[in-house]
Amino acid sequence: MAAINRDDVAHLARLAHIEMSAQELDRMAGELAVIVDSVKSVSEAAGDDVPATSHPIPLTNVFREDVVGHTFSAKQALSGAPDSDDNRFKVPAILDEA
Amino acid sequence: MTEQNTTAAGLIRLSAAALAEKLRAGEVTAVEATQAHLDRIATVDGGERGVNAFLHVNAEEALAVAAEVDAIRAAGGAEAEALHYLAGVPIAVKDLIVTVGQPTTAGSKILEGWHSPYDATVVERLRAAKMPILGKTNLDEFAMGSSTEHSAYGPTRNPWDLDRIPGGSGGGSAAAVAAFEAPLALGTDTGGSIRQPGAVTGTVGVKPTYGSVSRYGAIAMASSLDQIGPVTRTVLDSALLHQVIGGHDPRDSTSLPEPLADLVAAAKTGNVEGLRIGIIKELHGEGYQAGVENRFNESLELLKEAGAEIVEVSCPNFQYALGAYYLIMPSEASSNLAKFDGVRYGLRVLPEEGPMTIERVMGATRAAGFGDEVKRRIILGTYALSAGYYDAYYGSAQKVRTLVQRDFDAAFAKADVLISPTAPTTAFRLGEKLDDPLAMYLNDVATIPANLAGVPGLSLPGGLADEDGLPVGIQLLAPAREDARLYRVGAVLEALLEEKWGGPLLAQAPELATSGTLETQEAK
Amino acid sequence: MSTDTILSFEEAMEKYDPVLGFEVHVELNTKTKMFSSAPNVFGDEPNTNVNEVDLGMPGVLPVVNKTAIESSIKIGLALNCKIAETCRFARKQYFYPDTPKNFQTSQYDEPIAYDGYLDVELEDGTVFRVEIERAHMEEDAGKLTHMGGATGRIQGADFSLVDYNRAGVPLVEIVTKPIEGAGSRAPELAKAYVAAVREIVKNLGVSDAKMERGNVRCDANVSLRPHGRERFGIRSETKNVNSLRAVEHAVRYEIQRHAAVLDSGEPVIQETRHWHEDTRTTTSGRAKSDADDYRYFPEPDLVPMVASREWVEELRATLPEPPAERRKRLKADWGYSDLEFRDVVNAGVLDEIEETIAAGASASVARKWWMGEIVGRAKAADVDPGQLGVQPATIVELAQMVEAGKINNKMAAQVLDGVLAGEGTPAEIVEKRGLAVVSDDGPLLEAIDAALAAQPDVADKIRGGKVQAIGAIVGGVMKATRGQADAGRVRELILEKLGVTAQ
Repeated sequence: MAAINRDDVAHLARLAHIEMSAQELDRMAGELAVIVDSVKSVSEAAGDDVPATSHPIPLTNVFREDVVGHTFSAKQALSGAPDSDDNRFKVPAILDEA
Repeated sequence: MTEQNTTAAGLIRLSAAALAEKLRAGEVTAVEATQAHLDRIATVDGGERGVNAFLHVNAEEALAVAAEVDAIRAAGGAEAEALHYLAGVPIAVKDLIVTVGQPTTAGSKILEGWHSPYDATVVERLRAAKMPILGKTNLDEFAMGSSTEHSAYGPTRNPWDLDRIPGGSGGGSAAAVAAFEAPLALGTDTGGSIRQPGAVTGTVGVKPTYGSVSRYGAIAMASSLDQIGPVTRTVLDSALLHQVIGGHDPRDSTSLPEPLADLVAAAKTGNVEGLRIGIIKELHGEGYQAGVENRFNESLELLKEAGAEIVEVSCPNFQYALGAYYLIMPSEASSNLAKFDGVRYGLRVLPEEGPMTIERVMGATRAAGFGDEVKRRIILGTYALSAGYYDAYYGSAQKVRTLVQRDFDAAFAKADVLISPTAPTTAFRLGEKLDDPLAMYLNDVATIPANLAGVPGLSLPGGLADEDGLPVGIQLLAPAREDARLYRVGAVLEALLEEKWGGPLLAQAPELATSGTLETQEAK
Repeated sequence: MSTDTILSFEEAMEKYDPVLGFEVHVELNTKTKMFSSAPNVFGDEPNTNVNEVDLGMPGVLPVVNKTAIESSIKIGLALNCKIAETCRFARKQYFYPDTPKNFQTSQYDEPIAYDGYLDVELEDGTVFRVEIERAHMEEDAGKLTHMGGATGRIQGADFSLVDYNRAGVPLVEIVTKPIEGAGSRAPELAKAYVAAVREIVKNLGVSDAKMERGNVRCDANVSLRPHGRERFGIRSETKNVNSLRAVEHAVRYEIQRHAAVLDSGEPVIQETRHWHEDTRTTTSGRAKSDADDYRYFPEPDLVPMVASREWVEELRATLPEPPAERRKRLKADWGYSDLEFRDVVNAGVLDEIEETIAAGASASVARKWWMGEIVGRAKAADVDPGQLGVQPATIVELAQMVEAGKINNKMAAQVLDGVLAGEGTPAEIVEKRGLAVVSDDGPLLEAIDAALAAQPDVADKIRGGKVQAIGAIVGGVMKATRGQADAGRVRELILEKLGVTAQ
């Protein structure tokens, strides 16, 4: 398994939408390298014949009947919004072309 | 119980069950009980050397609920008869669980000032039982940590030694209960966040079977591992609280469909005669503090004397559990925490320079809003799920989960209940492991397997370590859906130990000095 | 905007062979959303059809809508798919402000339906089989409105507003296998395929299927390869082509554009294209890049779904007759010619004619009324014929009056206008307007005498056995009586008068 380096961390930080300074990237790369190294035995622990477990207690077919429940007013929906306008959440431009 | 139990100092030391009895008998009112705890919070929680268990104190609402209980009880009749057994018994709630009318921060800057427009299912159930909610307790940010030092609002201190950590992530709930600021608290346990704080603060904590308690309204860290559970001073109190919050919830798809067993009865009819109790070979010995081992062995002796059969079981795949946990947990957390982006609620931070696009605002918000440990786990999880690494990391970890479950199955074929120390060490000093994430992660080595397999676990005080005089936790584990066994065995061990100590372990904890004022508390 | 050079379609077809692929998103018309109990309703005030789940509030959990699962299985069955015995949801992770959790809960490697096909009928009756790779469930995103720019487009906008009413609406995405061999009929096939999918989901009752509302949305993949080559070319994906006409045009345009790129010796770029209805062109969207790492993993907050064979068969039993089979059956039952039937289908009055026949009209009468009278009125009113509000019973009543000789066809059309104007039932209108075929033979005989006197040569022809010439005399009588006479009776009286036996 490949070691994790600074460029990897920069790429991951972009995917995760967390801006990081150069120093942060360096520090994070060092810390993660140690952690990743410590968990690498996991990939060799189980053979191909071992199924994956995604839920600790297996349940199936948990459904909800198609019956309308409660809703918020627009005011409630927007009560925690950092910015809003015209009963909608307001966000900065999506593209950088100002 | 003596006369002094109805004084404020006596009231706060009562177990929830004892307080409930006094409320029912009319010896004390819910308002008196609630006020006594609010006063205690005001005395010991704030200030430089305060416990700092609470992030928010909910005095007004708690007293209003208490007054309502008192009024109903005074009026008598059917409504008084219908009051829940724990009506009027106050409780603290970990600040990872959403509550209407109080802020919920998850211990993070990114949610500072946020008020949930809805109640968690467990909170609805507390309200239905008319239990006054004293406030919200401190935690490692988004429950990521084992010391509560990763809270954005300062660390919580261990009431046994204010320079030591109270465990984590639920250090606030455990410390609040240990410091007699609340008789009961709610915690959440993803890798040990209820049990490990319980161990290092001399309290009782239970992680129920996965799905036993609804997760609706608990801010998710790792969805397939998280579970809400009770934090108390006695095994019976945990059973009582588990019974209030547990049971099926249609809003949680992973909620177990069947009704809860009678956990309170199990705690009251404790019995270990003929029971096979399995020592997990891999969860003691090397790496465990000598004082922890001693207390653990002492508990085994007591159980043996009470008629239990002690057997040894081996769970060889537990060696991979910590690694698997530190892949699954960050993977799910990286996804669960994506929603904190400064669009719909919480913090929004604008980039200091460059283009002001939504992408950059999200990036700046998350950079400023999340602490280092949260960022570390998000990046680690993003890595484990990313193209080309999924099979090696997340996929492999899910397979280890199967192996850990198989180990449990084999162990439970030989033993009715398993036993181990809850944590390898007693409480360490504040700051001691803050710069060494890996050392911090090792605290959870004994508690993590239960989360991976979904089985229930209970930690109860096992005495004080000889070398440092700090509490040691004993962990009991039962098969999935057999939470009642934990209460049955836990109640016996608790009784045997208290007999040996001549009273509850917490009676030996040092008196806390007045640390703050009511004003500083309300200002929180 | 677009400065792409394109080849003529004919030239493109001479040189290249198109391969198509479609991803059609169908919004289900369940009462509530995929994972929350908030209402699934179009067009309400912004951010009112939401609760904490749809807004991705901290602590919320999803619960699957059972009706959405059943609708998805029905779609799978109608597309001749296999239904997975067990399947799951996954999280598709990307940050975008219309996506409240910053991941979309979607099926990934375990779709609920897979390996199906749909026989698509082209306008001339040719049937083309389109293979279906999968139909999977997912949730819709909220709606972004871009503000401050001149065009309302994302380009040049100062900020955007988000309405999460649509967030969490259940979607079924139907993905085809690569469609080869359509040749120059590729644009027509594209339109016919989307129309067929739309018709199926509408017929199943699982979607409102209104393309103009985005109930059915199409992403069209196009690639070209030189004739005779097996390997596919590089494809473009044109997003959100949201009318049948646009699907046809977009595929045609992309074929022409790809051909020009290939002709120039440049490689086609694998990218998303945006369709512009105004210019009937596409423009480049985002190029697919390594940054698209969706980090799919099984949704831990949901449990697997197991579709027992009993459940699937139960649902199969509730399926309505497939539209294509129904058409075949109706055409045979009604005895229409190919042309007549195609006109009925194209006019969109199949259901109406079926209902009218069920109410008691003959097949030819029903067709005469709908195609001859109502379709034209609907066109003039710019609505679908079914929306005019003509009741089958009205047509039956009118037809019976004509048959009984109470009114003639011309009057019946006037009565229909009266019904549409809300003047009452046909009987009431006939009464009110004093409409009645003149049945007293006296005035008729006078008119006939006059008509025969006016056209003596025609009268002679009829006497001589050329009965078909009678039309001119009948017409004269009808004119004289201002259309109030019963043409049949007039004919009888003329023949009687001239002493000719009717044939």
